[in-house]
Amino acid sequence: MKLLVCIKQVPDMESKFKVNAAGNWYEETDLAWRMNEYDEYAVEQAVQLKQQVGEADLTVLCIGSDRVKETMKKALAMGCDRGAHIADDASHLKDPYTIASLIAAYAKDKDFDLIFTGMQSQDRGSGQVGVLVAEMLGIPSLTTLVEFSYADGTINAKRELEGGIKAKVSCTTPALVTCQLGLNTPRYPTLPNIMKAKKKELISTPVDDLNPQPSLLEVLQVAPPEKKGGGLILEGDPADLADQLIQILKEKTTALA
Amino acid sequence: MKTLLVAEYRDGKILASSSELINFAAQLGAESAMVLVGSETTLPHYQGKLYLADSTKIGEFNPSQHKQLILEVIEKEQPSMVVLPHSSYGWDLAPRIALALKAAQISEVVEIKDGHLVVPSCNAKLRRRVKATTNISVVTLQGGAFTPAEDPDGTPEVIKVEVAADGDIQFAGYEEAETGGVDLSKADIIVSAGRGIGKPENLAMIENLAKALKGEYGASRPVVDAEWADPSRQVGTTGQTVTPKLYVACGISGAIQHLAGMKKSEFVLAINTDKDAPIGEIADVLAVADLKQLVPILTEKLNAL
Ligand SMILES: Cc1cc2nc3c(=O)[nH]c(=O)nc-3n(C[C@H](O)[C@H](O)[C@H](O)COP(=O)(O)OP(=O)(O)OC[C@H]3O[C@@H](n4cnc5c(N)ncnc54)[C@H](O)[C@@H]3O)c2cc1C
Repeated sequence: MKLLVCIKQVPDMESKFKVNAAGNWYEETDLAWRMNEYDEYAVEQAVQLKQQVGEADLTVLCIGSDRVKETMKKALAMGCDRGAHIADDASHLKDPYTIASLIAAYAKDKDFDLIFTGMQSQDRGSGQVGVLVAEMLGIPSLTTLVEFSYADGTINAKRELEGGIKAKVSCTTPALVTCQLGLNTPRYPTLPNIMKAKKKELISTPVDDLNPQPSLLEVLQVAPPEKKGGGLILEGDPADLADQLIQILKEKTTALA
Repeated sequence: MKTLLVAEYRDGKILASSSELINFAAQLGAESAMVLVGSETTLPHYQGKLYLADSTKIGEFNPSQHKQLILEVIEKEQPSMVVLPHSSYGWDLAPRIALALKAAQISEVVEIKDGHLVVPSCNAKLRRRVKATTNISVVTLQGGAFTPAEDPDGTPEVIKVEVAADGDIQFAGYEEAETGGVDLSKADIIVSAGRGIGKPENLAMIENLAKALKGEYGASRPVVDAEWADPSRQVGTTGQTVTPKLYVACGISGAIQHLAGMKKSEFVLAINTDKDAPIGEIADVLAVADLKQLVPILTEKLNAL
């Protein structure tokens, strides 16, 4: 069985974000980078499937500068067999359509039985790439999965809907699935697996080899949201803060009445 | 400008997001038509053309066929924008339509600013103003961003449409949310734990604060996904919607899906180490502090009152 999992490297969302000089994205310096949270579930599910079926080859794909190889190594340490790095220093300026066109161009003649992606990225959050890749390849896609099982060429899964309701869905492979938070429990790579990952294949392909399609979206401006004001911000020593909070709760709420 | 609004229908009901679509088109000053895979017995309040397909024939969830149907309506109506809710239905369907039209898709619009659409990035810490370079675009709207002041009224002019019922995905019905556990919607005071608690042992301090305030404790999704708290404790779009008199968010960043479940709380106190955390946008008070220090002291002082 041939499996592909697509991941993205994103900044830690607790970072302080500054707009870059061009005004079209955030400044990439001084950020801590990690695997997109949704993709951790995708990698875990792909590794579990590989272990279930025994005979499988699992490729992890990531688009970006050399910096993203660090995150790819984590996926390799989690159990992916090989890495396909699409080298692109300008990936952050590409829209979901262009990114999907690259993945589809890579996957087109490789006959993957199943492709895993996160349901969205934490930074851009468009939630388009997975479905676009499937549509470009002409295969079915199941999105927002919180349960997944595979047997004999059929995927049985549950999509998460609003309010905790789930939809039971199925399709046959080849297919693509997008993974939602809570789908599984992503493993932590062990030290021996981190060592082993260093020896795994990780091949970089220049992005232009994959004939990127021009973006369909233009970014006019990036800015922090306007502060609506109103909220009071308190800082200082915890004991003093606690006294101030109690005072506020007494004055502004009925909680202590 | 003309928009085609794709309304959402689930389990025999039209979802409230349809009125947000109508309001969005009104805010754009655009004409509109609507398409719905639903039923003639439950029509949306809408003054305009409604292309209606029978959900009992093609299925409430059948993306390739819904796509086909919508493409046929687009052919007839020639809209320059197709609008869907940014929901499990909308974000699944929108890219399928966008690719078929080779149209730009703008996901999760929160605002129209100077005629351009604004979308959030980085857990709402940034906003992007974006523009489609294609003649037709597909847009999804963040839930709650375009809620109208008053529900729309009117009766649509129904035009029945059909499409083949096959498709590449089988839909075998819904599974209801698990019941049991606590009913947070009835609580007057809720103290919620987020990922910022760091480890499961720290949930106890959140519970203790909740007890000191004579309230219940709740949780954000990562805390539930990690099985540190029961699913019935989860607040947010995929958990419970709560409206307590006091909501204390401890170590919760304030992602839109969490806010959707608690923003109607009367008073919100947030405790967070990150002064820029988006929870600050809706909190009445943001105490910038390590919850591991502040929560126990606050609890102790409350207990001593
Ligand atoms: C379709 C969909 C549905 C979803 N439904 C829900 C839902 O129903 N409910 C929900 O909650 N989420 C939901 N989510 C997830 C949501 O997007 C966020 O990922 C989640 O709410 C983040 O939870 P959090 O704030 O606890 O964690 P994080 O975003 O990781 O934030 C942790 C916060 O803790 C702070 N912190 C860290 N350490 C400390 C400390 N020592 N003291 C004080 N503060 C500290 C950090 O500054 C940060 O702000 C959904 C997502 C999707 C895509």
